[in-house]
Amino acid sequence: MKRSQNERVAELTLSLVALGSLGILTLITVFIFKEGLPALKEIGLWEFIGGTRWVPSKKIFGIFPMLVGSFMVTGGALAIGIPLGLGCAVYLSEFSSPGVARLLKSMIELLAGIPSVVFGFIGLTVVVPFIRTYFGGPGFSVLASSIVLGLMILPTMVSVSYDALRAVPESYRDGMMAVGATRWQAVRMVILPSARSGILAAAILATGRAMGETMAVIMVAGNATAVPESLLDPVRTLTSNIALEMGYSAGIHRQALFATGIVLFFLVTVLNLIAHAAVRGGSGR
Amino acid sequence: MEENRSAILIPETAKIRVKDFNLYYGGFHALKDITVSFEKNAITAVIGPSGCGKSTFLRSINRMNDTIKGVSTRGQILLDGKDIYGPGVDVTWLRSRVGMVFQRPVVFPLSVFDNVACALRVQGITDRTLLSDIVEESLKAVDLWDELKGNPKQPALSLSLGNQQKLCIARAISTRPDVILLDEPCSALDPIATLRIEELMWTLREKYTIVIVTHNMQQAARASDYTIFMLDGQLVEWGPTRDIFTNPKDRRTEGYITGKLA
Repeated sequence: MKRSQNERVAELTLSLVALGSLGILTLITVFIFKEGLPALKEIGLWEFIGGTRWVPSKKIFGIFPMLVGSFMVTGGALAIGIPLGLGCAVYLSEFSSPGVARLLKSMIELLAGIPSVVFGFIGLTVVVPFIRTYFGGPGFSVLASSIVLGLMILPTMVSVSYDALRAVPESYRDGMMAVGATRWQAVRMVILPSARSGILAAAILATGRAMGETMAVIMVAGNATAVPESLLDPVRTLTSNIALEMGYSAGIHRQALFATGIVLFFLVTVLNLIAHAAVRGGSGR
Repeated sequence: MEENRSAILIPETAKIRVKDFNLYYGGFHALKDITVSFEKNAITAVIGPSGCGKSTFLRSINRMNDTIKGVSTRGQILLDGKDIYGPGVDVTWLRSRVGMVFQRPVVFPLSVFDNVACALRVQGITDRTLLSDIVEESLKAVDLWDELKGNPKQPALSLSLGNQQKLCIARAISTRPDVILLDEPCSALDPIATLRIEELMWTLREKYTIVIVTHNMQQAARASDYTIFMLDGQLVEWGPTRDIFTNPKDRRTEGYITGKLA
């Protein structure tokens, strides 16, 4: 009797907590849309997304440069972070001794605990001057943001794909060894393909992280509201746009920033849908 | 002296000759002075209780124990007269000569085709027509081709467990080896699939030297030409299967096959 009552209480509490997080998500969504939709209506969806000029003082709100900026910076970060992270995970899982793997993995996971402002600071004092000196341009650029973000997504990339690789049955390694394969051949022919869906999940999580990151990017991107013409040009991302201007905005300007949030919301949702479809498709085979 | 004794015991013509072979896991003496031979076109069953070293012995024949930490060996295993533990032996070459099939089918989450082709690609074969010819030939040799209805691109994991094990045998023979090692290949299979694999072994026997480790006494009795009985890392008795099962010379062998020693 007592026991079943406890059970009921626990069940109720836990379901309330679960519903609570769902409720918060709903509230955030409703709030963003409520605040942002009027701006979209007034500016016009196409003008807002396709407009290449962002001049709040003249009530011109086009986020096309930021949209392009977000994609460029995220793409650049993935181009750096995925090969590095996956290579690292393959080394830890397939080549290093278990002791080395434990040590290196915990150190890489420590990277995740470094506040993004510190990454930004290092980017500002090391990466930006380096690019300015050796590649030209102002240094504050797509390239600088990509490098900093590429490092920031490493922990996600390494630990999620490492787990995916460790989940590949040991018998696959034995089986490949029995046909005379070297470790690298086994990795290439069987282990990477077997871990494919997990690696894809890692890449997509990393993409979400790169797209959402704000502080570190603001510090090294230059934040100009023009479409960058090269990797060495300054860039402003969607998240930076919100963070930079939210503090002093009012009226339609403020609403336009929320509308930027709506666009970001859709991007991330689409990304998640792709992730789910890909993971399901991957494991179905 | 030891060498001489071995030479008397085992025929020079045998496909594989094992001479005073010892294996240590660190300080643990897992295989003790094994001297035995495996005949061409014959099936040799290795029986013995769990932990007697029979799997370790099997895995010594294609050097699968190499990567285990602390393993060292002494003595010789000669394949066509060549010591596979000798200097300059390429294990990739060795494993193309000595195929292996495991207890649970090792089927990769790839297509049936790629499951066989990976063994060939490891050997450096990349030509597409050659690959698909050999894959087809290997699948036909294990009676899997017709069941696949000529579609080797289907996912291998969708096959039944018995067919998965056949696929593994197809992979093992794709490199046209001399020897096939089977480590309890039927222990995960139902009786009908087991029978199919045994029938297949009889067919393959015409081309290969087959060594099978088994826990199943009836399987050893009905599906082998020679039987080796091992106990505590030692070879107790070996000879024609009929002799071992009807007229064992050693009391320990008799005890094991009659179930008194499990």
